[in-house]
Amino acid sequence: MNYLASIGSYAIMIKEVFRKPTKWRIMKSLILKEIDELIYGSLGILIFISFFIGGVVAIQTALNITSELIPKNLVGFATRQSIILEFAPTFCSIIMAGKVGSYITSSIGTMRVTEQIDALEVMGVNALNYLVFPKIIALLLYPFIIAIAMYVGIFGGWTAGVLGGFSTSADFIEGVQLDFIPFHVTYAFIKTLIFAFVLATIPSFHGFYMKGGALEVGKAATTSFVWTSVVIIILNYILTQLLLGQ
Amino acid sequence: MIEVKDIYKSFDGTQILKGISTVFDKGKTNLIIGQSGSGKTVFLKCLLGLFNPDKGSISLDGKIYPQLTPREQRDLRQDMGMVFQGSALFDSMTVEGNVMFPLEMFTNKSRSEMQDRADFVLKRVNLDDAHKKYPSEISGGMQKRVAIARAIVMNPKYLFCDEPNSGLDPKTAIVIDNLIHEITLEYDITTVINTHDMNSVMEIGEKIIFLKNGIKEWEGTKKDIFKTDNEAVTNFVYSSELFKKVRQMYIEERN
Repeated sequence: MNYLASIGSYAIMIKEVFRKPTKWRIMKSLILKEIDELIYGSLGILIFISFFIGGVVAIQTALNITSELIPKNLVGFATRQSIILEFAPTFCSIIMAGKVGSYITSSIGTMRVTEQIDALEVMGVNALNYLVFPKIIALLLYPFIIAIAMYVGIFGGWTAGVLGGFSTSADFIEGVQLDFIPFHVTYAFIKTLIFAFVLATIPSFHGFYMKGGALEVGKAATTSFVWTSVVIIILNYILTQLLLGQ
Repeated sequence: MIEVKDIYKSFDGTQILKGISTVFDKGKTNLIIGQSGSGKTVFLKCLLGLFNPDKGSISLDGKIYPQLTPREQRDLRQDMGMVFQGSALFDSMTVEGNVMFPLEMFTNKSRSEMQDRADFVLKRVNLDDAHKKYPSEISGGMQKRVAIARAIVMNPKYLFCDEPNSGLDPKTAIVIDNLIHEITLEYDITTVINTHDMNSVMEIGEKIIFLKNGIKEWEGTKKDIFKTDNEAVTNFVYSSELFKKVRQMYIEERN
Protein backbone atom coordinates (compact mmCIF):
# COMPACT_ATOMS: atom_id res chain seq x y z
CA MET A 1 0.00 0.00 0.00
CA ASN A 2 2.86 2.34 0.91
CA TYR A 3 4.48 1.77 -2.47
CA LEU A 4 1.25 2.69 -4.25
CA ALA A 5 0.89 5.83 -2.14
CA SER A 6 4.49 6.78 -2.98
CA ILE A 7 3.89 6.28 -6.71
CA GLY A 8 0.80 8.49 -6.42
CA SER A 9 2.72 11.19 -4.54
CA TYR A 10 5.49 11.01 -7.14
CA ALA A 11 2.97 11.54 -9.96
CA ILE A 12 1.45 14.53 -8.14
CA MET A 13 4.95 15.92 -7.62
CA ILE A 14 5.72 15.68 -11.34
CA LYS A 15 2.52 17.56 -12.14
CA GLU A 16 3.40 20.28 -9.61
CA VAL A 17 6.92 20.66 -11.04
CA PHE A 18 5.46 21.96 -14.29
CA ARG A 19 2.84 24.23 -12.67
CA LYS A 20 3.27 27.93 -11.87
CA PRO A 21 6.72 28.45 -13.37
CA THR A 22 9.40 30.59 -11.78
CA LYS A 23 10.42 33.81 -13.58
CA TRP A 24 12.68 33.03 -16.53
CA ARG A 25 15.33 35.52 -15.29
CA ILE A 26 15.76 33.46 -12.12
CA MET A 27 15.18 30.07 -13.75
CA LYS A 28 17.94 30.72 -16.29
CA SER A 29 20.58 31.15 -13.59
CA LEU A 30 19.26 28.13 -11.67
CA ILE A 31 19.53 25.96 -14.81
CA LEU A 32 23.10 27.12 -15.47
CA LYS A 33 24.04 26.40 -11.86
CA GLU A 34 22.58 22.88 -12.11
CA ILE A 35 24.35 22.24 -15.43
CA ASP A 36 27.60 23.13 -13.72
CA GLU A 37 26.82 20.96 -10.69
CA LEU A 38 25.15 17.93 -12.29
CA ILE A 39 26.66 17.73 -15.78
CA TYR A 40 30.05 19.45 -15.73
CA GLY A 41 30.70 18.19 -12.20
CA SER A 42 30.11 14.57 -13.26
CA LEU A 43 32.25 14.67 -16.38
CA GLY A 44 35.52 13.77 -14.64
CA ILE A 45 34.29 10.68 -12.82
CA LEU A 46 32.43 9.36 -15.88
CA ILE A 47 35.49 9.83 -18.13
CA PHE A 48 37.70 8.08 -15.58
CA ILE A 49 35.35 5.12 -15.11
CA SER A 50 34.53 4.80 -18.83
CA PHE A 51 38.19 4.64 -19.80
CA PHE A 52 39.02 1.81 -17.42
CA ILE A 53 35.79 -0.15 -17.96
CA GLY A 54 36.39 0.04 -21.71
CA GLY A 55 39.88 -1.31 -21.09
CA VAL A 56 38.60 -4.17 -18.91
CA VAL A 57 35.92 -5.14 -21.48
CA ALA A 58 38.61 -5.33 -24.19
CA ILE A 59 40.98 -7.43 -22.04
CA GLN A 60 38.20 -9.79 -20.86
CA THR A 61 36.99 -10.30 -24.43
CA ALA A 62 40.52 -10.95 -25.71
CA LEU A 63 41.24 -13.42 -22.89
CA ASN A 64 38.06 -15.34 -23.66
CA ILE A 65 38.84 -15.82 -27.33
CA THR A 66 40.27 -19.28 -27.23
CA SER A 67 39.34 -20.53 -30.68
CA GLU A 68 41.46 -19.61 -33.68
CA LEU A 69 38.24 -19.47 -35.71
CA ILE A 70 37.03 -16.38 -33.89
CA PRO A 71 38.27 -13.25 -35.70
CA LYS A 72 40.65 -10.93 -33.81
CA ASN A 73 38.43 -7.93 -34.59
CA LEU A 74 35.91 -9.31 -32.08
CA VAL A 75 37.77 -7.42 -29.33
CA GLY A 76 36.90 -4.05 -30.90
CA PHE A 77 33.40 -5.22 -31.88
CA ALA A 78 32.55 -6.49 -28.37
CA THR A 79 33.97 -3.38 -26.73
CA ARG A 80 31.92 -1.09 -28.97
CA GLN A 81 28.70 -3.06 -28.47
CA SER A 82 29.12 -3.36 -24.68
CA ILE A 83 29.98 0.30 -24.26
CA ILE A 84 27.28 1.74 -26.54
CA LEU A 85 24.43 -0.60 -25.64
CA GLU A 86 24.88 -1.08 -21.92
CA PHE A 87 27.87 0.40 -20.18
CA ALA A 88 27.54 4.06 -21.20
CA PRO A 89 23.78 4.51 -20.84
CA THR A 90 22.96 2.09 -17.99
CA PHE A 91 26.10 1.57 -15.91
CA CYS A 92 26.92 5.29 -16.01
CA SER A 93 23.35 6.07 -14.90
CA ILE A 94 23.76 3.79 -11.88
CA ILE A 95 26.98 5.65 -11.04
CA MET A 96 25.11 8.94 -11.52
CA ALA A 97 22.34 7.70 -9.18
CA GLY A 98 25.02 7.50 -6.52
CA LYS A 99 26.81 10.73 -7.33
CA VAL A 100 24.12 13.11 -8.56
CA GLY A 101 21.15 11.36 -6.93
CA SER A 102 22.51 11.49 -3.41
CA TYR A 103 23.57 15.12 -3.95
CA ILE A 104 20.03 16.05 -5.07
CA THR A 105 18.34 14.20 -2.19
CA SER A 106 20.65 15.55 0.47
CA SER A 107 20.56 19.14 -0.77
CA ILE A 108 16.75 19.24 -1.05
CA GLY A 109 16.39 17.19 2.17
CA THR A 110 18.58 19.66 4.05
CA MET A 111 16.42 22.50 2.73
CA ARG A 112 13.37 20.64 4.07
CA VAL A 113 14.95 20.07 7.50
CA THR A 114 16.08 23.69 7.83
CA GLU A 115 12.63 25.02 6.78
CA GLN A 116 14.02 26.62 3.61
CA ILE A 117 11.31 24.87 1.57
CA ASP A 118 8.65 26.16 4.00
CA ALA A 119 10.13 29.64 3.51
CA LEU A 120 9.72 29.32 -0.27
CA GLU A 121 6.13 28.13 0.10
CA VAL A 122 5.21 30.91 2.53
CA MET A 123 6.53 33.44 0.03
CA GLY A 124 4.23 31.96 -2.61
CA VAL A 125 7.01 30.31 -4.63
CA ASN A 126 6.23 26.93 -6.22
CA ALA A 127 9.06 25.15 -4.40
CA LEU A 128 8.89 22.07 -6.65
CA ASN A 129 9.21 24.13 -9.80
CA TYR A 130 11.99 26.22 -8.27
CA LEU A 131 14.01 23.22 -7.05
CA VAL A 132 13.26 20.32 -9.41
CA PHE A 133 12.56 21.88 -12.82
CA PRO A 134 16.13 23.27 -13.29
CA LYS A 135 17.51 19.80 -12.50
CA ILE A 136 15.29 18.17 -15.14
CA ILE A 137 16.36 20.73 -17.75
CA ALA A 138 20.05 20.47 -16.79
CA LEU A 139 19.92 16.70 -17.09
CA LEU A 140 18.62 17.00 -20.66
CA LEU A 141 22.33 17.50 -21.40
CA TYR A 142 23.06 14.09 -19.88
CA PRO A 143 23.21 12.37 -23.33
CA PHE A 144 26.16 14.63 -24.18
CA ILE A 145 28.27 13.26 -21.33
CA ILE A 146 27.11 9.76 -22.22
CA ALA A 147 28.34 10.37 -25.79
CA ILE A 148 31.72 11.37 -24.31
CA ALA A 149 31.62 8.27 -22.07
CA MET A 150 31.02 6.10 -25.17
CA TYR A 151 33.97 7.64 -26.99
CA VAL A 152 36.30 7.42 -23.98
CA GLY A 153 35.16 3.84 -23.21
CA ILE A 154 35.99 2.65 -26.72
CA PHE A 155 39.27 4.58 -26.59
CA GLY A 156 40.03 2.87 -23.25
CA GLY A 157 39.36 -0.49 -24.92
CA TRP A 158 41.71 0.39 -27.78
CA THR A 159 44.43 1.55 -25.36
CA ALA A 160 44.21 -1.61 -23.22
CA GLY A 161 43.85 -3.90 -26.23
CA VAL A 162 46.73 -2.48 -28.25
CA LEU A 163 49.15 -1.49 -25.46
CA GLY A 164 48.47 -4.75 -23.62
CA GLY A 165 49.20 -6.74 -26.77
CA PHE A 166 45.71 -8.30 -26.91
CA SER A 167 44.89 -6.89 -30.33
CA THR A 168 46.42 -4.87 -33.10
CA SER A 169 45.21 -1.34 -33.70
CA ALA A 170 43.96 -2.29 -37.17
CA ASP A 171 42.00 -5.31 -35.87
CA PHE A 172 40.48 -3.27 -33.07
CA ILE A 173 39.40 -0.42 -35.37
CA GLU A 174 38.04 -2.90 -37.89
CA GLY A 175 35.97 -4.46 -35.08
CA VAL A 176 34.71 -1.08 -33.96
CA GLN A 177 33.47 -0.35 -37.51
CA LEU A 178 32.11 -3.84 -38.15
CA ASP A 179 28.32 -4.22 -38.65
CA PHE A 180 27.62 -0.85 -37.07
CA ILE A 181 23.88 -0.23 -36.60
CA PRO A 182 23.23 3.50 -36.07
CA PHE A 183 19.92 2.72 -34.30
CA HIS A 184 21.92 1.26 -31.41
CA VAL A 185 23.20 4.77 -30.66
CA THR A 186 19.67 6.16 -30.95
CA TYR A 187 18.46 3.41 -28.58
CA ALA A 188 21.23 4.34 -26.13
CA PHE A 189 20.31 8.03 -26.22
CA ILE A 190 16.57 7.31 -25.79
CA LYS A 191 17.44 5.26 -22.69
CA THR A 192 19.78 7.99 -21.47
CA LEU A 193 17.12 10.70 -21.75
CA ILE A 194 14.60 8.61 -19.83
CA PHE A 195 17.20 7.77 -17.18
CA ALA A 196 18.05 11.49 -16.95
CA PHE A 197 14.43 12.22 -16.02
CA VAL A 198 14.54 9.44 -13.41
CA LEU A 199 17.86 10.76 -12.06
CA ALA A 200 16.40 14.25 -11.60
CA THR A 201 13.00 13.34 -10.18
CA ILE A 202 13.31 10.28 -7.91
CA PRO A 203 16.10 11.78 -5.73
CA SER A 204 14.15 15.08 -5.65
CA PHE A 205 11.04 13.20 -4.49
CA HIS A 206 12.96 11.53 -1.65
CA GLY A 207 14.50 14.84 -0.57
CA PHE A 208 11.38 16.95 -0.90
CA TYR A 209 9.03 14.70 1.06
CA MET A 210 11.48 13.55 3.72
CA LYS A 211 10.60 13.97 7.39
CA GLY A 212 12.92 14.25 10.36
CA GLY A 213 16.39 15.62 10.93
CA ALA A 214 19.97 15.26 9.76
CA LEU A 215 20.03 11.47 10.24
CA GLU A 216 16.97 11.09 8.02
CA VAL A 217 18.67 13.16 5.29
CA GLY A 218 21.37 10.47 5.14
CA LYS A 219 18.78 7.69 5.14
CA ALA A 220 16.78 9.45 2.41
CA ALA A 221 19.92 9.72 0.25
CA THR A 222 20.53 5.98 0.60
CA THR A 223 16.89 5.10 -0.12
CA SER A 224 16.91 7.41 -3.11
CA PHE A 225 20.03 5.68 -4.53
CA VAL A 226 18.42 2.25 -4.11
CA TRP A 227 15.13 3.25 -5.75
CA THR A 228 16.75 5.23 -8.56
CA SER A 229 18.93 2.21 -9.38
CA VAL A 230 15.98 -0.20 -9.21
CA VAL A 231 13.87 2.00 -11.50
CA ILE A 232 16.76 2.42 -13.97
CA ILE A 233 17.33 -1.34 -14.12
CA ILE A 234 13.62 -2.10 -14.62
CA LEU A 235 13.26 0.62 -17.26
CA ASN A 236 16.41 -0.65 -18.96
CA TYR A 237 14.79 -4.06 -19.36
CA ILE A 238 11.47 -2.62 -20.59
CA LEU A 239 13.10 -0.19 -23.04
CA THR A 240 15.41 -2.86 -24.42
CA GLN A 241 12.45 -5.16 -24.99
CA LEU A 242 10.45 -2.34 -26.61
CA LEU A 243 13.20 -0.87 -28.79
CA LEU A 244 15.36 -3.85 -29.69
CA GLY A 245 13.06 -6.84 -29.14
CA GLN A 246 11.34 -8.47 -32.10
CA MET B 1 -6.49 42.48 11.24
CA ILE B 2 -6.74 38.70 11.35
CA GLU B 3 -10.02 37.17 12.48
CA VAL B 4 -10.05 33.52 13.45
CA LYS B 5 -13.46 31.90 13.83
CA ASP B 6 -13.87 28.51 15.48
CA ILE B 7 -11.14 26.62 13.62
CA TYR B 8 -10.56 22.91 13.89
CA LYS B 9 -7.66 20.94 12.45
CA SER B 10 -6.81 17.26 12.72
CA PHE B 11 -4.09 15.01 11.33
CA ASP B 12 -4.58 11.25 10.90
CA GLY B 13 -7.59 11.31 13.22
CA THR B 14 -5.82 13.28 15.98
CA GLN B 15 -7.54 16.56 16.72
CA ILE B 16 -4.86 19.26 17.03
CA LEU B 17 -6.93 22.47 17.06
CA LYS B 18 -10.33 22.40 18.75
CA GLY B 19 -12.44 25.43 17.98
CA ILE B 20 -10.08 28.40 18.35
CA SER B 21 -11.52 31.88 17.85
CA THR B 22 -9.63 35.13 18.30
CA VAL B 23 -8.76 38.44 16.67
CA PHE B 24 -5.24 39.74 16.01
CA ASP B 25 -5.27 43.51 15.70
CA LYS B 26 -3.34 45.60 13.22
CA GLY B 27 -0.28 47.42 14.54
CA LYS B 28 -0.04 45.15 17.55
CA THR B 29 2.36 42.44 18.61
CA ASN B 30 0.21 39.38 19.23
CA LEU B 31 1.73 36.40 21.03
CA ILE B 32 0.67 32.76 20.99
CA ILE B 33 2.01 30.88 23.98
CA GLY B 34 1.60 27.33 25.22
CA GLN B 35 3.50 24.16 25.97
CA SER B 36 5.10 22.04 23.27
CA GLY B 37 2.37 20.03 21.55
CA SER B 38 -0.34 22.54 22.40
CA GLY B 39 -0.98 23.27 18.69
CA LYS B 40 0.87 26.59 18.36
CA THR B 41 2.77 25.71 15.20
CA VAL B 42 -0.26 24.14 13.51
CA PHE B 43 -2.24 27.24 14.42
CA LEU B 44 0.45 29.51 12.96
CA LYS B 45 0.60 27.40 9.77
CA CYS B 46 -3.19 27.71 9.47
CA LEU B 47 -2.82 31.51 9.74
CA LEU B 48 -0.17 31.38 7.01
CA GLY B 49 -2.43 29.34 4.76
CA LEU B 50 -0.02 26.39 4.73
CA PHE B 51 -2.76 24.24 6.32
CA ASN B 52 -6.45 24.64 5.59
CA PRO B 53 -8.62 24.31 8.71
CA ASP B 54 -11.07 21.36 8.65
CA LYS B 55 -13.76 23.68 10.02
CA GLY B 56 -14.04 27.40 10.74
CA SER B 57 -12.47 30.31 8.93
CA ILE B 58 -9.48 32.64 9.01
CA SER B 59 -9.99 36.07 7.53
CA LEU B 60 -7.06 38.35 6.73
CA ASP B 61 -8.63 41.81 6.35
CA GLY B 62 -11.73 40.17 4.89
CA LYS B 63 -9.86 37.70 2.66
CA ILE B 64 -10.60 34.09 3.54
CA TYR B 65 -7.74 31.96 2.29
CA PRO B 66 -9.42 28.84 0.81
CA GLN B 67 -12.00 30.99 -0.96
CA LEU B 68 -9.38 32.90 -2.96
CA THR B 69 -8.28 32.06 -6.51
CA PRO B 70 -4.66 30.82 -6.88
CA ARG B 71 -3.62 34.28 -8.11
CA GLU B 72 -5.32 36.00 -5.14
CA GLN B 73 -3.66 33.48 -2.81
CA ARG B 74 -0.27 34.33 -4.35
CA ASP B 75 -0.93 38.06 -3.95
CA LEU B 76 -1.98 37.52 -0.35
CA ARG B 77 1.20 35.54 0.37
CA GLN B 78 3.22 38.51 -0.83
CA ASP B 79 1.59 40.52 1.96
CA MET B 80 2.96 38.03 4.50
CA GLY B 81 6.41 37.92 6.04
CA MET B 82 7.59 34.96 8.06
CA VAL B 83 10.50 34.57 10.45
CA PHE B 84 11.21 30.89 11.03
CA GLN B 85 12.53 29.31 14.20
CA GLY B 86 15.83 28.39 12.56
CA SER B 87 15.81 31.53 10.36
CA ALA B 88 15.47 29.35 7.20
CA LEU B 89 17.93 31.47 5.24
CA PHE B 90 18.99 30.06 1.87
CA ASP B 91 22.51 28.66 2.42
CA SER B 92 23.54 29.12 -1.19
CA MET B 93 22.84 32.86 -1.15
CA THR B 94 24.58 35.74 0.57
CA VAL B 95 22.79 37.85 3.17
CA GLU B 96 22.00 40.37 0.43
CA GLY B 97 20.81 37.60 -1.92
CA ASN B 98 18.47 36.27 0.77
CA VAL B 99 16.95 39.70 1.37
CA MET B 100 16.61 40.45 -2.35
CA PHE B 101 15.09 37.04 -3.13
CA PRO B 102 11.40 38.02 -2.69
CA LEU B 103 12.00 41.18 -4.73
CA GLU B 104 13.58 39.17 -7.55
CA MET B 105 10.74 36.65 -7.49
CA PHE B 106 7.77 38.95 -7.30
CA THR B 107 8.66 42.41 -8.52
CA ASN B 108 9.94 43.90 -11.74
CA LYS B 109 12.32 46.29 -9.98
CA SER B 110 15.69 46.97 -11.56
CA ARG B 111 18.84 45.57 -9.96
CA SER B 112 19.74 48.96 -8.44
CA GLU B 113 16.23 49.45 -7.02
CA MET B 114 16.37 46.01 -5.42
CA GLN B 115 19.84 46.76 -4.09
CA ASP B 116 18.62 50.03 -2.55
CA ARG B 117 15.66 48.32 -0.91
CA ALA B 118 17.88 45.52 0.46
CA ASP B 119 20.35 48.10 1.82
CA PHE B 120 17.48 49.97 3.46
CA VAL B 121 15.98 46.97 5.26
CA LEU B 122 19.38 45.61 6.28
CA LYS B 123 20.18 49.01 7.78
CA ARG B 124 16.79 48.95 9.52
CA VAL B 125 17.70 45.70 11.27
CA ASN B 126 21.14 47.12 12.12
CA LEU B 127 23.09 44.92 9.74
CA ASP B 128 25.25 47.22 7.69
CA ASP B 129 28.34 45.13 7.23
CA ALA B 130 27.21 41.62 6.35
CA HIS B 131 25.84 42.05 2.82
CA LYS B 132 28.30 39.72 1.12
CA LYS B 133 28.51 37.12 3.87
CA TYR B 134 26.82 33.72 3.72
CA PRO B 135 24.41 32.61 6.47
CA SER B 136 26.98 30.11 7.79
CA GLU B 137 29.45 32.98 8.33
CA ILE B 138 27.24 35.03 10.67
CA SER B 139 25.97 34.52 14.23
CA GLY B 140 22.51 33.21 15.18
CA GLY B 141 21.36 36.68 16.21
CA MET B 142 22.52 38.15 12.89
CA GLN B 143 20.75 35.33 11.02
CA LYS B 144 17.52 36.24 12.83
CA ARG B 145 17.98 39.86 11.78
CA VAL B 146 18.51 38.82 8.17
CA ALA B 147 15.35 36.69 8.41
CA ILE B 148 13.44 39.74 9.71
CA ALA B 149 14.90 41.89 6.92
CA ARG B 150 13.79 39.29 4.34
CA ALA B 151 10.34 39.12 5.94
CA ILE B 152 9.78 42.89 5.75
CA VAL B 153 11.46 43.62 2.41
CA MET B 154 8.14 43.39 0.52
CA ASN B 155 6.39 45.73 3.01
CA PRO B 156 4.09 43.01 4.35
CA LYS B 157 0.78 43.62 6.07
CA TYR B 158 1.23 40.55 8.26
CA LEU B 159 4.36 39.36 10.03
CA PHE B 160 4.49 35.86 11.50
CA CYS B 161 7.34 34.68 13.71
CA ASP B 162 7.88 31.14 14.97
CA GLU B 163 9.99 31.20 18.14
CA PRO B 164 12.06 34.14 16.85
CA ASN B 165 14.47 34.14 19.77
CA SER B 166 15.00 30.43 20.31
CA GLY B 167 18.67 29.55 20.64
CA LEU B 168 19.69 33.15 21.35
CA ASP B 169 21.26 34.52 24.53
CA PRO B 170 18.87 36.60 26.68
CA LYS B 171 20.37 39.94 25.64
CA THR B 172 20.18 39.21 21.89
CA ALA B 173 16.68 37.74 22.39
CA ILE B 174 15.50 41.08 23.84
CA VAL B 175 17.12 42.96 20.91
CA ILE B 176 15.24 40.73 18.43
CA ASP B 177 11.95 41.07 20.36
CA ASN B 178 12.25 44.84 20.45
CA LEU B 179 13.17 44.98 16.79
CA ILE B 180 10.04 43.03 15.83
CA HIS B 181 7.93 45.24 18.09
CA GLU B 182 9.39 48.46 16.64
CA ILE B 183 8.86 47.25 13.07
CA THR B 184 5.26 46.30 13.93
CA LEU B 185 4.55 49.83 15.16
CA GLU B 186 6.59 51.57 12.44
CA TYR B 187 4.94 49.78 9.50
CA ASP B 188 1.56 49.20 11.20
CA ILE B 189 1.76 45.45 10.62
CA THR B 190 -0.35 42.70 12.19
CA THR B 191 2.32 40.64 13.92
CA VAL B 192 1.74 37.17 15.35
CA ILE B 193 4.54 35.49 17.29
CA ASN B 194 4.71 31.90 18.52
CA THR B 195 6.84 31.79 21.63
CA HIS B 196 7.83 29.92 24.76
CA ASP B 197 9.86 32.80 26.03
CA MET B 198 8.36 34.54 29.04
CA ASN B 199 10.72 37.48 28.61
CA SER B 200 9.07 38.11 25.22
CA VAL B 201 5.65 37.92 26.87
CA MET B 202 6.64 40.51 29.45
CA GLU B 203 8.51 42.74 26.99
CA ILE B 204 6.30 42.94 23.91
CA GLY B 205 3.09 40.97 24.52
CA GLU B 206 0.34 43.43 23.63
CA LYS B 207 -2.09 40.61 23.16
CA ILE B 208 -1.43 37.09 24.36
CA ILE B 209 -3.36 33.93 23.70
CA PHE B 210 -2.58 30.77 25.63
CA LEU B 211 -3.21 27.42 23.94
CA LYS B 212 -3.59 24.17 25.81
CA ASN B 213 -4.26 20.87 24.04
CA GLY B 214 -5.53 22.71 20.98
CA ILE B 215 -7.98 24.88 22.91
CA LYS B 216 -7.66 28.61 23.55
CA GLU B 217 -7.42 28.48 27.33
CA TRP B 218 -6.92 32.19 27.96
CA GLU B 219 -6.35 35.52 26.26
CA GLY B 220 -5.36 38.94 27.51
CA THR B 221 -2.55 41.47 27.72
CA LYS B 222 0.80 41.25 29.53
CA LYS B 223 -0.76 43.16 32.42
CA ASP B 224 -3.64 40.68 32.63
CA ILE B 225 -1.24 37.77 32.85
CA PHE B 226 -0.11 38.98 36.31
CA LYS B 227 -3.66 39.08 37.58
CA THR B 228 -5.12 35.95 36.05
CA ASP B 229 -6.33 33.18 38.26
CA ASN B 230 -6.36 30.67 35.41
CA GLU B 231 -4.39 27.79 36.85
CA ALA B 232 -3.11 26.48 33.48
CA VAL B 233 -1.74 29.92 32.56
CA THR B 234 -0.10 30.54 35.94
CA ASN B 235 1.42 27.04 35.94
CA PHE B 236 2.88 27.70 32.48
CA VAL B 237 3.95 31.31 32.90
CA TYR B 238 5.24 31.02 36.45
CA SER B 239 6.95 27.70 36.07
CA SER B 240 10.31 29.29 36.94
CA GLU B 241 11.17 30.44 40.46
CA LEU B 242 12.14 33.88 39.12
CA PHE B 243 8.72 34.52 37.61
CA LYS B 244 7.02 33.18 40.74
CA LYS B 245 8.89 35.80 42.78
CA VAL B 246 8.07 38.55 40.26
CA ARG B 247 4.39 37.66 40.48
CA GLN B 248 4.50 37.56 44.29
CA MET B 249 6.10 41.01 44.34
CA TYR B 250 3.43 42.30 41.93
CA ILE B 251 0.60 40.94 44.10
CA GLU B 252 2.18 42.36 47.27
CA GLU B 253 2.64 45.74 45.58
CA ARG B 254 -0.99 45.71 44.46
CA ASN B 255 -2.21 44.93 47.96
